[in-house]
Parts: sequence; C-alpha cells; structure tokens
Amino acid sequence: MKRFLIPLGVFVVLVVFLAVGLTLNPRDVPSPLKDKPAPAFTLPQLAAAGKSFSPADMKGQVWLFNVWASWCVSCRQEHPLLVAFAKEGKLPVVGLNYKDQEADAKGWLAQFGDPYVLSAVDADGRVGIDYGVYGVPETYVIDKAGMIRMKHTGPITPESLQKQILPLVAELSK
Amino acid sequence: MKLSSLLVWCVLIFSAAAMAKEAAPMAADLEVEKRMVAISEELRCLVCQNESLSGSHAELAQDLRREIRKMIGEGKTDKEILDFMVARYGDFVRYRPPVKPTTWLLWGGPFLLLAGGIAALIAFLRRRAREVAAPELSEEERRRAAALLDQSNS
Repeated sequence: MKRFLIPLGVFVVLVVFLAVGLTLNPRDVPSPLKDKPAPAFTLPQLAAAGKSFSPADMKGQVWLFNVWASWCVSCRQEHPLLVAFAKEGKLPVVGLNYKDQEADAKGWLAQFGDPYVLSAVDADGRVGIDYGVYGVPETYVIDKAGMIRMKHTGPITPESLQKQILPLVAELSK
Repeated sequence: MKLSSLLVWCVLIFSAAAMAKEAAPMAADLEVEKRMVAISEELRCLVCQNESLSGSHAELAQDLRREIRKMIGEGKTDKEILDFMVARYGDFVRYRPPVKPTTWLLWGGPFLLLAGGIAALIAFLRRRAREVAAPELSEEERRRAAALLDQSNS
C-alpha cells in the first residue's frame, strides 16, 4: 500500500501546480516600468487640434493613463466602467489613442462616451512602445512625482478597480 | 484535362499570385536585415507569446522590427537593442533570460529534477537488489530443510 502513496503524492502535487497555473493570466507580464518615471513624450491631442500633451503637464497629481483604440474589442468592455469612474471625478483619466484613425477614434468616443480629460494621439505606436504596451487596453497609475506605480494589462474589471487601483490611488493621494 | 483548360488554370493561378499582398518592404541593406532577424529571434512577441519577434505577423512585432532596424541604423550594439526591449517589456521578452535570483529556479529547475530522478532511481535499484538476493540460510535452517526434504523423499 505504501508504495502507491509516493506516486499518488507526486500526482497530487502536479495537479496542484497545474491548477494554480490555469488560474494565472499569461498576459499579466510584470512590467519593468513599475516605480520608474513615466517615459516623456509630446503628442497632439485628439479633440483640441493644435494642442499637445506631455506627462509633465500632470505633475503634482495622481492620474490614470489609459491606452485605448477604436479597433480594440476589450476596450469596449472596460469602457462603461471608465465612463462611470470618470463621472465620480476622483482623479483625471488621460487617454492614449493607440494606432488609430482620427475619425474612428472621435466616432467611438461620441458613441460610447468620453471618460478622458484628453486623449493624446499615438498614431504610429511609438509612445506605446516606450510604455511597453502589447495588449490594448492597458492602464497606468502615475503618481504626483510622475512615477508609474502600477500597470494593468487588459480591460479593467470592477474587481481590479476596487481591489487594486483604488486602494493604490488612495495611498498615493495622501 | 485539355491543354487549353490547363492553360486557363495556369493563368488564373499566376494572376492570383500576382494580386496577393506585396511583401513588406525589405530594408535596403541586407546586413541590417540579417542583424535584425538575429536579434529578433532572441525576442518573444508579447502579442502571440509562443512566437519569436522575427516570425510574428502581429502588428506590434512589425513595429518592433521597425524599431530594431532604426536602432541598427543608428549604430546601436546588439546589447543596447536587447536592453531597450528589456527596459520596456521585462526579462520575459528574452527567450534566454539572464541568470539572477528570480530566474535561478527557471535555469536550475531542470537540473534539480534530473538530480531528484537519479536519486530516486538509485534508491529503487538498491532496494530491489536487496529484495532479489536470497537470504543466506543459517546452519540450523539448513539442517531443518534437509530433514524436511528427507521426509518427503522417503
């Protein structure tokens, strides 16, 4: 009887490892940008022609930087949450319109609502590369000193907003 | 099939090939292209994680290859280009991540498993050798066995 216990034990350990592995998200790659200064850039704004935006403009406040595109299906999924969140007015949400067409982007915001104080236009995706964007939507929490404190890859869910983003924002806003 | 219809098929097939999407513009310099491919084969495409950056058709991979070409043009070394990628996407982009405390288990794990397997094999073989070797009979047991054999023979 004892000789069957060892293989059984090994099997159970394997099953536990596999079960844990299945619950992990392979897209959730830890970002090396955490606790680093948000890469600088200057990009034109989507709505206000002629005006530009750079992260330095946000110095002194905690803000969310949300990468979105009209062609991005998951963005539509998180969008109502962002719109509702922006209405609360807790902190500014800046958009990065990633590799999009201007008309499509404007139409998308008109149709689904615009949660952003402004959207910077990253037409060729060069700024996205500096921020390590690989799966739109992505959201960054940036603190008063302009440091990236958190990167969330994929659509924000009510759960991730309540459990991860808001507590961190509260901490940073002190 | 008649010759004429064969000819029609040929024309159709070739014209279809001609209409297919044109190949992406190659970098003017073949050397640059070679280096770009060599570097991008070391890198993981984060959009389709089981493809290398050089083999992926994802848009991000195309953009990153463009960046690599640009950096080669600027005279950056291979290491500088790899560092550029790691600074943005983390060690995960490299198929051969650097050896450091967080990757010790990754690099050493297979050898640990191998050592464990060899230890288990040795233990198993030793135990089996012990079980197979018949125990020596003592003088007393030998006498009893002989007596039993005598009894059954008579």
